[in-house]
Amino acid sequence: MKNVINSLGRLVPTEVPGVGAFMPYSAPFDRIAAMRGAAAAQKPLRAALPSRDKRAASLRAAIENSGLQDGMTISFHHHLRNGDAVIPMVLAELQAMGFKGLTFAPSSIPDAHDCVADYIKSGLINKLYTSGVRGKLGQLLSSGEVDIPVVIRSHGGRARAIEEGSIKIDVAFLAAPSCDCLGNISGCTGPSACGSLGYAITDARNAAHVIAVTDNLVEYPLSPKISIPQYHVDQVVTVESIGDPAKIATGAARITRSPVDLRIAQDSFRLMKAAEVVRPGFSFQMGVGGASLAAAVYLEEYMAEKGITGSFGLGGVGGYMAAMHDKGMFRTVFDVQSFDAVVTKSMAANPSHIEIDASWYANPFNAGALVNNLDCVILAALEVDTDFNVNVLTGNDGVLRGASGGHQDTAAGAALSIVVLPSFRGGVPSIKDKVTTITTPGETVDAIVTERGICINSRRPEITEAARKAKLPVIEITDLKNEIEKLTGVPKPIEFNYDKLLAAVEYRDGTLIDGVYAAK
Amino acid sequence: MKATRSMLYIPGDAPGMIQHAPIFGCDSILLDLEDAVALTEKDSARKMVATFLSRFDFKDLFVTVRINGADTEFFEKDLEAVVPCRPDAVRLPKCNGPQDILAADRRISEIEEKNGIEPGTVKLHAMIETALGLERCFETATASPRVTALTIGGQDFTADMGVQKTKEGRELFYARCRIVAAAHAAGVDSYDTVWADLQDNEGLLRESKEIVGLGFTGKACIHPSQVATIHKAFIPAEKELRRALRVVEAAEAAKREGKGVISVDGKMVDAPVVARSVHLLELAELYGIERGGF
Repeated sequence: MKNVINSLGRLVPTEVPGVGAFMPYSAPFDRIAAMRGAAAAQKPLRAALPSRDKRAASLRAAIENSGLQDGMTISFHHHLRNGDAVIPMVLAELQAMGFKGLTFAPSSIPDAHDCVADYIKSGLINKLYTSGVRGKLGQLLSSGEVDIPVVIRSHGGRARAIEEGSIKIDVAFLAAPSCDCLGNISGCTGPSACGSLGYAITDARNAAHVIAVTDNLVEYPLSPKISIPQYHVDQVVTVESIGDPAKIATGAARITRSPVDLRIAQDSFRLMKAAEVVRPGFSFQMGVGGASLAAAVYLEEYMAEKGITGSFGLGGVGGYMAAMHDKGMFRTVFDVQSFDAVVTKSMAANPSHIEIDASWYANPFNAGALVNNLDCVILAALEVDTDFNVNVLTGNDGVLRGASGGHQDTAAGAALSIVVLPSFRGGVPSIKDKVTTITTPGETVDAIVTERGICINSRRPEITEAARKAKLPVIEITDLKNEIEKLTGVPKPIEFNYDKLLAAVEYRDGTLIDGVYAAK
Repeated sequence: MKATRSMLYIPGDAPGMIQHAPIFGCDSILLDLEDAVALTEKDSARKMVATFLSRFDFKDLFVTVRINGADTEFFEKDLEAVVPCRPDAVRLPKCNGPQDILAADRRISEIEEKNGIEPGTVKLHAMIETALGLERCFETATASPRVTALTIGGQDFTADMGVQKTKEGRELFYARCRIVAAAHAAGVDSYDTVWADLQDNEGLLRESKEIVGLGFTGKACIHPSQVATIHKAFIPAEKELRRALRVVEAAEAAKREGKGVISVDGKMVDAPVVARSVHLLELAELYGIERGGF
């Protein structure tokens, strides 16, 4: 395996065995500019004889009909989150049928799916493309006990990889909360409703074969809302249950009472105000975590007080964003995944709550990803470094325990990208000289907000000036790092074995931004 | 010294909270060795508070330590551990009269001298928690120049009176008025008791506005989420600020011109009004309101 140093000084392989050659990361938009006019992968043609019923007798029969063979690629979507029953059900069936060496390419892996680790050990899965890895699977891969190629991609990067042909999905298994006998699918209704099916839409459009798995077969035609139309779906399988509703919706997130998170939230909002991004027509993406959700509370108060209406809210949509939309604070919500039941209902009822696919959301290789129209995004992080690089993937022990998600995509697209995190967790500082793994390049991060001060990227002197003028607690990132280390001490850096690549981390444009290596 | 509107109690055995003290946005913290600390944790809390006082940068926070009462076995140990670390002040609970202040003053003076600390460095906040203490509060406030504030402990005071503490606070009305008056007469600050219901910030705001109206200079609180509400109550009204500015400008002009008499809007203004006006403008500065910006 040949390694090179990319523009961020990170060691990355030029080739991932079993996957192919990769270019090293150079800059956020270099490759995007060069790709204009390049050919996309050819989409499979699904010519089908006239049919009035695509129902397969069983999951096994559907798999047999799909033509799936050892070594092929299967995909799933993660909208049912920890309530998803489809991934374990399908993998168990494939194992029982004796498949080997499949490439597992879900949009992400729900935290609860420890079973994936078992199927890697069994040999059912021998290649993994995902957005992130946690729990038992993260422990397994980080231990080096199994040696399989792993490629981590952002949500926009995955859509790009599928459309340019880096991921060729042979069979897509779609958890379908509502489905009719010809494969029209909606995520808004049914006992396992999950709202948007944004990632599944991309899979359905591009996979060679699509199997819808549903526990809510409705009379044809499904109405009133169709997320995935029947012409993308080859077979329909009815099962008893595709998920556990209690674990699909996270439940409306409560606003944090943590003083640390509240301080971070307040300063994030004050920074947005100082940078003058909150104006009529403003667009925004927030997380559903403590500080970023709380920032929305301050934002909402301000927008109401000033009579400001935003143009759109974007992203994984939580109840708070849906509520702001209902109150008319944003004209439109673009929803690629819905976090709770309130959101699902809002999308079903509200025509300006629009379901979007992953490509529209964040693919850098199309003519208009919505992330590029964001005025501001607030993003969480595990750790950051003095060059503003962000890690959302590995813990401070080097173990895989996070997901790239839309982090890189929104940071690159938004006019103001704010990363929020506590200055230390469990006595370990969050600001390092070098992050363990770079997932989002510092070149695309404008500000880092902690409870002990706001660090603004030197690339944005005008924001620094505005923040200082507004008397915000602006601090140089190295000074903040030193201040925190006075409290926590300086942790001993982890030593890695750079001959042992555990996962290749792609930037959204397909270049390699970093590698996750085995700790010594 | 800047205004201390909010005084946040932090248990002395809660290092996680103490290390975050500078981010809570309060003007002052009260590191508590008394009620918030269990009997079994008194020794470790005392050590921890002393360690933080010696090594931690509290930035521009005013730091007070509430020690255990003179009638407890912890009183001496608390003073011996805390005073050498030079907190801004020590809060003395259950202060029943000048004799309690004089006893504490003597002990603090000894410790200051022993540790080479300038005499009078560590101030005293007298906590009035009994009817007897209330009756003697002016004498308490004037017993030593070390005393810079009177405070009221609502829970203990109502217990001593044999009445229930209510949200309306009628049972504390007289005590509050008396303490505020005594504090003003003695030229020291006055701090109100805590609001216990963390879920009811509206009640906290109502009570805070009431005590601001009575003349208290600050209010204690038990959770960082209460700080902003208390500060909201202390925001000076624009009309007040305009007048304060006129008073201060007139006082400055009188000083420049060597005049002994200050007159504003055709009326004579005396020294306490000037002092109050200066305080209001300082308060305004805390809210980011600049002179002339109102």
